[in-house]
Amino acid sequence: MSEIVAAEIQTTHIVDLARSGQRIDGRGLDDWRPVTVEPGFVKSADGSALVHVGASAVLCGVKLETGKPFGDTPNAGVLTTNAELIPLSSPTFEPGPPQPTAIELSRVVDRSIRAAETIDLTKLCVAPAEKCWICYVDLHVLDHGGNLIDTAQLAALAALTHATVPAKRFGVGEADYPLEVAHFPIECSFVRLGDRIVVDPTFEEEAAGQGRITVATDEVGNVVAMQKGKVGAFSPDEVVETVERAFQHGDRLRAIARAA
Amino acid sequence: MLPGDEIPDRGLRPGFGTYRMGSHLYASVLGYATWREPFVRIVPFAGRYAARTGDTVVGIVQDVQKTFWLLDIDAPRWAPLHVSGTPWDETPPGELDQHLRVGDAVLVAVEDLDPTGRIGVTLKGEGLGRLSGGTILHVSPARIPRVIGKGGSMIHTITRRTGTEVAVGQNGRIWVSGDADGIRRVRDCLRLIEEEGQRPGLTERIEGFLDMTGPTDGAGPAPSLSSEQGERRWEA
Repeated sequence: MSEIVAAEIQTTHIVDLARSGQRIDGRGLDDWRPVTVEPGFVKSADGSALVHVGASAVLCGVKLETGKPFGDTPNAGVLTTNAELIPLSSPTFEPGPPQPTAIELSRVVDRSIRAAETIDLTKLCVAPAEKCWICYVDLHVLDHGGNLIDTAQLAALAALTHATVPAKRFGVGEADYPLEVAHFPIECSFVRLGDRIVVDPTFEEEAAGQGRITVATDEVGNVVAMQKGKVGAFSPDEVVETVERAFQHGDRLRAIARAA
Repeated sequence: MLPGDEIPDRGLRPGFGTYRMGSHLYASVLGYATWREPFVRIVPFAGRYAARTGDTVVGIVQDVQKTFWLLDIDAPRWAPLHVSGTPWDETPPGELDQHLRVGDAVLVAVEDLDPTGRIGVTLKGEGLGRLSGGTILHVSPARIPRVIGKGGSMIHTITRRTGTEVAVGQNGRIWVSGDADGIRRVRDCLRLIEEEGQRPGLTERIEGFLDMTGPTDGAGPAPSLSSEQGERRWEA
């Protein structure tokens, strides 16, 4: 069972509700589900965060190790993002090699963090072409209640914000120090339900959605990353609308992520 | 009862959620024990759907084959619905999609279970058939008895007071038809049952909730297919 087809009557119901400005869980079209951020959830990691968005839960662990820089970027450290879709979190997730969903999730989260220059990778360089920090961002999806991209990205940002560089343990410094986070990108996803576009879709809404769009914004007013998913299209006006809405939600969520 | 706890058998036979080792009986799931002739069984607090023969379940068509459909019924495997188990058994092989297509929802009954885990379902039976209109809601399958209530009292109350029509599947899927407001109130009731199903006085709290959220008229349509189906189950 890799993919389960949703009941057509359910999809129709969700789209009909959206047309009248309603959603199955009683939210408005532009409302998020409750968001909670718990940084430092895993004590053995260099940085971690558990994020809940409604019924979705993602745990992010950050690990820093020393290694050799890539040949084409001798003066920069390495950032690598990986996503694990745990079979317990959804009937559609199977053990085994990463599925396209997992690859998309890690790539889209990675893109926002990289493009926003959340971490100045040149500061992760210890000795040019010789030694640098490798920063692993590992995302574990614990519960799939929809909108995994935004949930995972919030977890990644919170984990990085509270991460420590273990310099002493690796013998490249006198003491450990906090990882410097320069920017705070926030991703915000929408799906199309009929002629309406709703934010933070649930599992059911994603299944019923006719096109998904994700917009990552940073705190200085840049759009740093985008991703279009699922079958369905958005007009140029609709894309502009989602960008404007993403900025508003981004400001609010950024405050939650930073206050945690 | 915790898994592994010993249960006094009181002279009854081991039922759901129990196992026998030597001369003693133990719980295999988390829940509370009931002793009712002829079985001692554990009513689980939570868990996935475990199919039993005669269950009415809501299935969603996932695939159409030459002579059967494959339904997702929230069980570990898709359940085959053979054309001979439908009113359309004269349909030529390969033309089944004129009756049911991928994405259609149906109310079916579990007909046979085999040791390999295959669950055969049938569409022949009173109240069974394709579900059109409305939507599908979910509760934990362990809460279905609470949703139905004693003699169907709970579900009757809910449908009457919200003006909806409901078909309850033992697999935790509940088909609801009605206006958007009615469906929302049913959804809220189900959530209340799911969260507070363990505490006494549930019926009163549901009544209170319905008083609070809407008109108290009893003019809703008589719940049709569900209640007939359900009635059979409740008496079983």
